[in-house]
Amino acid sequence: MVEFALPANSRVQTGKTYKAPAGAKKVKSFKIYRYDPDSGANPRLDTYEIDLDACGPMVLDALLKIKNEIDSTLTFRRSCREGICGSCAMNIDGANTLACLKPIEDIKGDAKIYPLPHMPVIKDLIPDLTVPYAQLASIKPWMQTQTPPPPDGERLQSPEEREKLDGMWECILCFCCQTSCPSYWWNGDRYLGPAVLLQAARWIHDSRDEMTGERLDALEDPFKLYRCHTIMNCTKTCPKGLNPAQAIGSIKTKLLQRGV
Amino acid sequence: MSTRNRPLSPHLDVYRLPLLAIMSITHRITGVGLVIGLFALAWWLCAAASGPAEFAVAQAVFGSFLGKLFLFGWTVALFFHLSHGIRHLLWDSGWGFEIPQAYLSAKVALGATLVLTVIAWIIGLA
Repeated sequence: MVEFALPANSRVQTGKTYKAPAGAKKVKSFKIYRYDPDSGANPRLDTYEIDLDACGPMVLDALLKIKNEIDSTLTFRRSCREGICGSCAMNIDGANTLACLKPIEDIKGDAKIYPLPHMPVIKDLIPDLTVPYAQLASIKPWMQTQTPPPPDGERLQSPEEREKLDGMWECILCFCCQTSCPSYWWNGDRYLGPAVLLQAARWIHDSRDEMTGERLDALEDPFKLYRCHTIMNCTKTCPKGLNPAQAIGSIKTKLLQRGV
Repeated sequence: MSTRNRPLSPHLDVYRLPLLAIMSITHRITGVGLVIGLFALAWWLCAAASGPAEFAVAQAVFGSFLGKLFLFGWTVALFFHLSHGIRHLLWDSGWGFEIPQAYLSAKVALGATLVLTVIAWIIGLA
């Protein structure tokens, strides 16, 4: 359902301000969404003033600096700090991206940081991703076959067949695209969303998979697939430069070709 | 711990919608506007079929300043919806998913809306 306003318990209030140390020359304000599940209070926006001369270049460096030096209660997911684990996906400066790949200097004015949009928040910048993970499982993201494998080796694929999967296998499942999609905001309970449909396409186009028809059957649904209206927020925001909108388009084309 | 009371993270208020997304929502808004316009068109046609007196009233309504303003809005909506509809056709044919292509087609659609609206009103007012 389309609900533009946030529920009463989700409205963001003004929070605390942590001043930069005296003598700091290159100060930038980070306004960060905070939610403490134990307090029962509404979420708030805390302001941390950071001396950029004493901070690494990426937004994740600033978050770690805040957690290490200013406020250890700040909570967020992070792991690889090089854009391959997908943990630090969040909404930075009005778009979803990975904190570890987002240079601070690309942000004009105050850096506003929120959790991935339109998701239940567990704490601070940590969204509950149960639903998108369940949706991913629903498309069976593994190879399904009916014929027995060759007795003397693996199932082979030509370089051309393999090439069809480029731009899809690289997805790290950070769900930046998934939560950037207004269609997913309004119909996330039934629309599978760009990240999951990209994975569906990845298996539909795999020459070794033998359940293409069943996969297409499962997607032929007004909500699961066709809530995509080519808004293209997904492709615009993908921190890995992938193209979920195109992948979804390719599924629609496959369904069309099958029907005629 | 109850998970039901978890707050919903901000979405529309904090997301900076790119031009591509604004085109998409405008397509929908203009579509709704055109449906309303269809009722106005039907009323005008009914008036024309009902006789000279009724038609004169309809002409006066559409000829008024407010009437012209609505007509202008509907022409903009019509040509935007048409141009953006062609973008959808291109996507359905498999073209235009790369970001530079999408921006190009968005700008062409906006330009076409402007040009077609101006041409329509030059013809309409001539």
